[in-house]
Amino acid sequence: MTAPASTSTLDLVARFPDFVTADTRPGFSGFIVKKENLVEVATALRDEFSFDLLSSVTGVDYIAENKMEVVYHAHRTTGGPGIVFKTQADRVDPVEVPSLINVWAGADFQEREAWDLMGIKFTGHPDLRRILMWEGFEGHPLRKDYKEAFYEEDVKPYKSRWPEGNHSYVEFKNPFRDNLKLPEGFSLDNYQPQNEDQLYFSLERSSMRNDIGHGKELGDHMVVNMGPHHPSTHGVLRVAVELNGETITSLKPVMGYLHRNHDKIGERNTYLQIMPYTDRLDYFNSMANNFGYAVTVEKLMKIPVAERAEYIRVIMAELSRIQNHFIFIGMLINDLGSMYTPSLYAFEERELILDIFEAVSGARMMCNYFRFGGVVRDIPEDAMQKIKDLVFDRLPAKTDEMERFLNENEVLVARLKGVHLLNAEEAARHSVTGPCLRAAGVPYDLRRADPYSVYDRFDFDVAVRYNGDMYDNYLIRFDEIRQSLRILEQALKQIPGGPINSQKPQYQVRVPAGEAYGRVESPKGELAYYVVSNGKPNPYRYHVRAPSFVNLTAVETICKGVKIADFVALLAMLDIVMGEVDR
Amino acid sequence: MYGKGILKGLGVTLKRFANTYLDDISWWMQGKKRYYTTEGVAHRSSKNTRGIFTVQYPEEHLILPEEFRFVPFLVYDEKEEGKKEIRCTSCGICAKVCPPQCIWIVRTNDPNTGKPVPEPKDFFIDMDICMNCGFCAEYCPFDAIKMDHDFDIASYGRNVYNLEKLSKSSSYYAGIRPLNYQKEEDARKAKEAAKAAKAEASATAA
Repeated sequence: MTAPASTSTLDLVARFPDFVTADTRPGFSGFIVKKENLVEVATALRDEFSFDLLSSVTGVDYIAENKMEVVYHAHRTTGGPGIVFKTQADRVDPVEVPSLINVWAGADFQEREAWDLMGIKFTGHPDLRRILMWEGFEGHPLRKDYKEAFYEEDVKPYKSRWPEGNHSYVEFKNPFRDNLKLPEGFSLDNYQPQNEDQLYFSLERSSMRNDIGHGKELGDHMVVNMGPHHPSTHGVLRVAVELNGETITSLKPVMGYLHRNHDKIGERNTYLQIMPYTDRLDYFNSMANNFGYAVTVEKLMKIPVAERAEYIRVIMAELSRIQNHFIFIGMLINDLGSMYTPSLYAFEERELILDIFEAVSGARMMCNYFRFGGVVRDIPEDAMQKIKDLVFDRLPAKTDEMERFLNENEVLVARLKGVHLLNAEEAARHSVTGPCLRAAGVPYDLRRADPYSVYDRFDFDVAVRYNGDMYDNYLIRFDEIRQSLRILEQALKQIPGGPINSQKPQYQVRVPAGEAYGRVESPKGELAYYVVSNGKPNPYRYHVRAPSFVNLTAVETICKGVKIADFVALLAMLDIVMGEVDR
Repeated sequence: MYGKGILKGLGVTLKRFANTYLDDISWWMQGKKRYYTTEGVAHRSSKNTRGIFTVQYPEEHLILPEEFRFVPFLVYDEKEEGKKEIRCTSCGICAKVCPPQCIWIVRTNDPNTGKPVPEPKDFFIDMDICMNCGFCAEYCPFDAIKMDHDFDIASYGRNVYNLEKLSKSSSYYAGIRPLNYQKEEDARKAKEAAKAAKAEASATAA
């Protein structure tokens, strides 16, 4: 139960005096690297300083200074705090920054996202296409001068709501077409969609052929589009798969069908108003999402959290993890073709946990339960009793039952055992976090690696398994459920009395200027928020590092060379949720 | 032995299947009704539930906890002669804190002086946009806006509720949230008592 030693003393400026400077803006930290030397510094960070996991890549549009900044957060899979380094470029169109995809493969999707939403061109990226917006979209929506179709005002609260708030529909006030940017010379009548080609060209063998197309046979190779709906209905994901017979040779996920630009909504909102929107990211774990956001803003505000609230938070987050893993198990079996029975058994336990969430927060899924400095309300007595009943009594027995039900089932074992997912090196290189990384033998769990909240007070083991195949990825979920139950047992015994918020309830919080990167171990992996404040009531930049989205980076590596029949199961192993992938 | 795992799993399903009927029988022996009663639904969502788990909506309803929140409503107090006194003072905090900005308030102005009067002239909530986050109820300083329990409100059109449609009596509020109501009433009474005591103290001091 010891916290890992601090490694924040790393002095990058001394190592690279010519092109690295410390970021001295008040409230900011880390280093600013000249963009010409970015790859060199990143390689040194990975090889010399062993920052083997690139957590996040994102951009910030400093329109007043006419600058674009790319912010990188790298971590060590051995634990400890991470390093943040930035690079700046003039705000021209397009902004060019070297790509880090050859240093950390995990930069792939995140750089594509930064290109798509911010218009930062990563030179050297082999496949820099739009990722969340559709191909053919004009503009980069996260730039500060971009206005969305139903734009009302820059920031909430809107002035039209009070005191002269006569209701009107925004679409009547601001018709869709008025604010729609279209490419030059665009005409709907003779529009020919041709951007799909870029997708098919990005598949491995396609450059050798000219006549690539939708489902068209190409010798032994053929392209199959899975989705956008089927991949066993984890959401609206489409995957273009290139097949050689039954073997996958190359595939590209296509996403964004559920995209709503969560980041932009966040920048329009006040700090508090973002809280219910975070529920909608990973809609199975709104408690974990709330947790991450609250931790980040508290870091920025430098406020303590009430002691009792910390325990309530941990209880809620762990209950959320348990129900998430139950669903995972149920839906995995569903994906393997055994419809309903196992998944409905899993849903039963989930339902009981959701009843608790409902009694505590008022909603089953969209909890909106955390506030800066604490939580909304104390756990009601009957709900507390129910938590105790579940944790001490029902859930351990039901986990056992689930294991008895499935773990030795010969059909399941035959499907899962030996189908390789990721090894440790591949997983870290692709920035995969969460159970998938731990099943590959890397005991990297933020609750231990970089403890937040009161996790350092509990006695639990980081679940880890070493084969990295599907069966290990499946079993590790059971291990994690058991560890969560261990944490819950301790938390329920230790929980102190007292207030549930260290702050007075206030609807407008004061957040000093600066930046913060807060991360928590969500059931799906490392969930992090990057928030930049300029002292105003609304965040200047708000970015979510969604674990599902980043984990999906590895899907091509995972699926290359396996049979198409295993693809859906492998995808299920990554435990993606489209609310979080598409944001 | 190959197939042992499958048999073990089938054992679990068989047990679950049997449990449904065992529970039915034991309830029947005790002379209690397991279906279509609040008691039965409560048992099915307790830790002791086994066997059948589903609730036959709409014949059966899940038991809503007090904190359950669905779209907001405005509370009015019933005074003598059936007069309705709306608690809202149109201060606008709910409209400012609302994340999807679905609350619209028209403040009343005194026709003679033009100064604002603490009472809303009209109040709109766009129920299609409301995300049921509960911020308005949480941050209202006058306990004037609360979250409802009535969730069967599907309709064919768009739903913009005005002041009249939003208003519900405080006795309705006390009915759906008895503990919260009691807490707020107690706090109000304590505040009034403190105020009276203070006034008395200053009177005697003078």
